Amino acid sequence: MDIWNIIEYAAWGLSAIFGLYIIFDWIKVDSTYSDEELMSSREGELEAMTEDHTL
Amino acid sequence: MSETDITSKTMDGMGPGGTKIGLARVLGPAHVWGLGVGIVLVGEYMGWNFSVGKGGAYAALLACWFAGILYSCVAMIDSEVTSTVAAAGGQYTQAKHIVGPLMAFNVGLYLVFAYTMLEAANAITFGFLIDTVAGMTGHEGLDERPFIILAIMFLAWLNYRGVLATLTFSLIITAFAFVSIIVLFLSTTVFLGESPLRHTELMTDLPYGWLGVLAAMHFGLWYYLGIEGTCQAAEEVRSPARSLPFGTLAGIMTLLIAASLTWYVCVGLMPWEYLGQAGVPLFDAARMTGSMGLMVLLGIGTMFATLASANGCINDASRAWFAMGRDHYLPDWFGAVHPRFQTPYRAIIFLVPIALIFALGAPLDQVITFSILSGLLEYTFMPLNVILFRRKWPLNTIKRGYEHPFHPIPAIVLLTLCGITFFAVFLGYGSQLVAMLSFYIVVSLWFHFWRYRFVRRAAQFTMPWPRPQGY
Repeated sequence: MDIWNIIEYAAWGLSAIFGLYIIFDWIKVDSTYSDEELMSSREGELEAMTEDHTL
Repeated sequence: MSETDITSKTMDGMGPGGTKIGLARVLGPAHVWGLGVGIVLVGEYMGWNFSVGKGGAYAALLACWFAGILYSCVAMIDSEVTSTVAAAGGQYTQAKHIVGPLMAFNVGLYLVFAYTMLEAANAITFGFLIDTVAGMTGHEGLDERPFIILAIMFLAWLNYRGVLATLTFSLIITAFAFVSIIVLFLSTTVFLGESPLRHTELMTDLPYGWLGVLAAMHFGLWYYLGIEGTCQAAEEVRSPARSLPFGTLAGIMTLLIAASLTWYVCVGLMPWEYLGQAGVPLFDAARMTGSMGLMVLLGIGTMFATLASANGCINDASRAWFAMGRDHYLPDWFGAVHPRFQTPYRAIIFLVPIALIFALGAPLDQVITFSILSGLLEYTFMPLNVILFRRKWPLNTIKRGYEHPFHPIPAIVLLTLCGITFFAVFLGYGSQLVAMLSFYIVVSLWFHFWRYRFVRRAAQFTMPWPRPQGY
């Protein structure tokens, strides 16, 4: 087994770590917060608060 | 003046009754530049040179100029419209406000497919580059799959964790890749003593005549493909009216410089027959100078450009998908924002397996072609979009961050160049073009007859704009 075989295994391992992190965090967030809160984002909020779009 | 009451507690929109968790407004013009140039610069490191194979070195230069005009029009038009429609989704949101729901749905899909396919192509290329490095050290038979998957998973994780770190990462590696091209140019023209460039011996007439120039337009797009991605940062920049035009126009200027230097150095070092088929032309150019330092620099530059492009693609595809979910054009489940990282985390997660499937299971040229065609359809929409925008909201009726000059000439030029490029693509990839158009027709029918009933028609227009003229 040369260095490249080790790097291959490391790449598999790191991929799994990143994937598992995302999945665990996703489950945690979805079980902690309500959908109403998570999906409350609306477009144009900055404009509504700071600009009135008239000249 | 808008009739919207932003303090309403009952309306489905802004104010106290609206957003509780939104995307983070943390980006500046440099991040916008990094996002746009980052997506594109990989095209200078590989891909553009197939235009040389189609029509010779001069054809590639003409394609570089014509595509440069096309994308300058794209950048100017986008700068004006997006600095006004400053919301995630970019061109999708523009289409929704200016043209109509069916156009918006199609543009949203063009964006998601163009960026997801480009992300997959970048991941495939990253695996190939690692394999090349392994081969240079004497290791044969490297399994590319773990590196392809790692590239996608790492960048998805970065995007998941927050937009500031993601685009700062893009900014740094993109700047490195751009500086590498400048260093290669200066080294081959000034610093290496006797210049290794041999333009006099290597330049030929057009080997396939003017038809070759036309065919070269297809790959000429690679010099700039993706600069319009800056629009997706619209909801996350601190000052949309300033940052978006500044970042986008600085981006297209950077790319015009990078494309010209890349062409000049490569055609001066390699005969067009070889250059037209090279996998990594800038790296090959560095190798031909005989300088180990340049080889290492351009090798790292190639890898960084690939990662920056994939990174920007994940960012942009997820914003478009998120915006469509938020408006119920897709299941609203996708319209969620992470409470801590303030990213569209469900859209990011959903697109990961799709990118993996294409990266691991589809041939690179097909993936790239699908990406180019989706992008081209998007550019064709832009002239129509800006003409309607100027007609519905003339210059003195709405505040714009940037007003593009000479309207409607850029729109007409863009439409004409898109028509020429469609013909060029049809010459080489006619069946793919027809297949893809058929796909978009089928999904349009699905949207019109089924999906649109779920869209909350009043809730999707939340901008406090005056009424359009004539309505």
